[in-house]
Amino acid sequence: MPLDTAPAAPSPVARAMKDALFAAIIAVGVFGPLLAFKTTQDMQNRLIVEPRWDLLAVVVLLVWAGRFLLSLWRSRVQPETTAAIGSHLLWGLVPPTVRVVIRNGLPPAALVALFVYPMMILSLTGGSGALKWIDNFGIQILIYVMLAWGLNIVVGLAGLLDLGYVAFYAVGAYAYALIATKVIPATFPGLGVWAFWICLPIAGILAAFWGVLLGFPVLRLRGDYLAIVTLAFGEIIRLVLINWTAFSNGYEGISTIPRPSFFGIPFNASDSGFAARFGFEFSPVHRTIFLYYVIVCLALLTAWVSNRLRKLPVGRAWEALREDEIACRSLGINTVNTKLTAFAIGAMFGGFAGSFFAARQGFISPESFTFMESAVILAIVVLGGMGSLIGTAIAAVAMIGGTELLRELDWLKAIFGNDFDPAQYRMLIFGLAMVAIMVWKPRGFVSTRMPTAFLKSRRAVSSAHVKEGHG
Amino acid sequence: MSEAILSVEHLTMRFGGLIAVNDLSFEARRGEITAVIGPNGAGKTTVFNCITGFYKPSQGRITMRHADGRTHLLERLPDFRIAQVAKVARTFQNIRLFSGMTVLENLLVAQHNPLMSASGWSIGGILGLPSYGRAERQAIEKAAYWLDKCGLTDRADDPAGDLSYGPQRALEIARAMCTEPELLCLDEPAAGLNPRESLVLNDLLRFIRKEHGTSLLLIEHDMSVVMEISDHVVVLDYGIKISDGAPAAVREDPKVIAAYLGVDDSEVEKVEAEVGL
Repeated sequence: MPLDTAPAAPSPVARAMKDALFAAIIAVGVFGPLLAFKTTQDMQNRLIVEPRWDLLAVVVLLVWAGRFLLSLWRSRVQPETTAAIGSHLLWGLVPPTVRVVIRNGLPPAALVALFVYPMMILSLTGGSGALKWIDNFGIQILIYVMLAWGLNIVVGLAGLLDLGYVAFYAVGAYAYALIATKVIPATFPGLGVWAFWICLPIAGILAAFWGVLLGFPVLRLRGDYLAIVTLAFGEIIRLVLINWTAFSNGYEGISTIPRPSFFGIPFNASDSGFAARFGFEFSPVHRTIFLYYVIVCLALLTAWVSNRLRKLPVGRAWEALREDEIACRSLGINTVNTKLTAFAIGAMFGGFAGSFFAARQGFISPESFTFMESAVILAIVVLGGMGSLIGTAIAAVAMIGGTELLRELDWLKAIFGNDFDPAQYRMLIFGLAMVAIMVWKPRGFVSTRMPTAFLKSRRAVSSAHVKEGHG
Repeated sequence: MSEAILSVEHLTMRFGGLIAVNDLSFEARRGEITAVIGPNGAGKTTVFNCITGFYKPSQGRITMRHADGRTHLLERLPDFRIAQVAKVARTFQNIRLFSGMTVLENLLVAQHNPLMSASGWSIGGILGLPSYGRAERQAIEKAAYWLDKCGLTDRADDPAGDLSYGPQRALEIARAMCTEPELLCLDEPAAGLNPRESLVLNDLLRFIRKEHGTSLLLIEHDMSVVMEISDHVVVLDYGIKISDGAPAAVREDPKVIAAYLGVDDSEVEKVEAEVGL
């Protein structure tokens, strides 16, 4: 206890009191101008100041009480214990044998859950509410999981900070939209039902091509400079899509994009449709479930390929590049090609995801490909722990699922009044959550690195040694 | 006397107005250990960076002759081709390991090029063709061989950043040897080693020369290492070669003594005239 070693120090209560008083003064300074004065219009349309001292008092009191309890708790608990609990959250309290079971059992269990999820939802909601849960939660989250896994190749493995990843998502989406609405009807209209399956690889190849195109000018750049140029690249693609109306129809976007078929069988109510062929009663949920399985397969393909590549020489070269580029060159590794393959393969998966996104929405416009999307995908990769597939997936579920969950909190209106919309607070909540996670786990949920080869035993490498890369 | 494996001719390297290396010519002979020594700032590392392609020399020619008679002009090759094609490997003064990768992985990265072609430029590797599996097992065997030679077998699965200084130096040499070089350039391999580790290093370098026929070129400050193992010493001062010959002869050379220990005030002008300043 700190008291035993420093007898002259004031009692913990007094210290906590002083600490809390400080926090309260700061709170008055911060919240005073924001909360205490509200300007409203009165009956004569004049602007009047309405003081809200009571609200300010409540907030300051809350800050004071919170800070008091926090510093009291800190002085009671050994600092080492707080650090240990903090760094492992609840994980540290789990006995080691159970940990091994969880660690080995989690991926297969998650995989099974992934495949039975739509069926489970269907049986739980009885069909009517299933659309929302499969589409908004299942498909939406999985798109981001796939995007994050794609970006993970560039940022997590090769250590190249890419702030413009959404550009490849856009390339994939527009590739599918334009080919399916313009090129295929004009050339081979008979292939219309196969449009998605034809365009998926084309979108991936085009996105990879743009990845290489971005890669060339930024080869010599590192760190902040690389980040700025990739950010600019993302914006260039978006601005071209907005302004080149003859090509992309500008802000209006592209609508009536053909929806994917069940390998040639369309999802409609006609006699040749999916429901009639397979003897179901027609329901729009069939297509949603099919889309769900398509994105599950695409995401798993991304995971499988990036896991495979990591164990191949090219993947090891990516990680070596992140660790030390000069040493790589001294060993005869062509760093130019290595960087370009990282950009191309990362972009390719972005392109696949983009073409799936266009097929799922049926409508795309440049609005969907703003910098915010790049930032969210990058945040998922960083939160998950750079380089870790499992961590990234958890982060995607937390971030995207969290956003969707906030939309479900309608009952809060009963407390805060009818114009309260919890979804508007999502960025605030994310900000807080990210700060908290970065304080507890500075290197993300999964911060250790698994070696790609071993002589006697495979042991995780602590994040203390692994570098983040410098672009 | 064997033929030259590396000839440096009229090498000059300017950085703006600073001439780091001035009209330097020397040869490293096949199967020998050649040491480049000199006081701090003499331009030793600059010479190394020119040889290994990290700097493009302002003037001069660097020729690498392979045992099979092929020659490469190193000043014309990009840095990674020098390791890949010209078979010149190097280590760094400030150790550059892949610290977040295990010791074994460090040695596998060094075998990138043969493994890359064995994996069919990743396509065969993704599909899991057996030829890549074989190549990878061979690569691990080769890595295990070098780990054994460096006494690092027990640490194979530890992160390279976890090793202490001496083993990190040894690992960097092992990593360079995994590229199967004909010429190995070592930038101060004994820096920071204790006397016992220094002796082990000497044995390792002798072993490399004897069993693998690799010629060595090393920069060194530690005179016990230089005098003990090198066959041929080149002395630089202010970017100029001031002496060249067998270790014993170089040690007696008054110019070398002057460069290292300084001279009386009365002799400064005479020595400077000799050195060409």
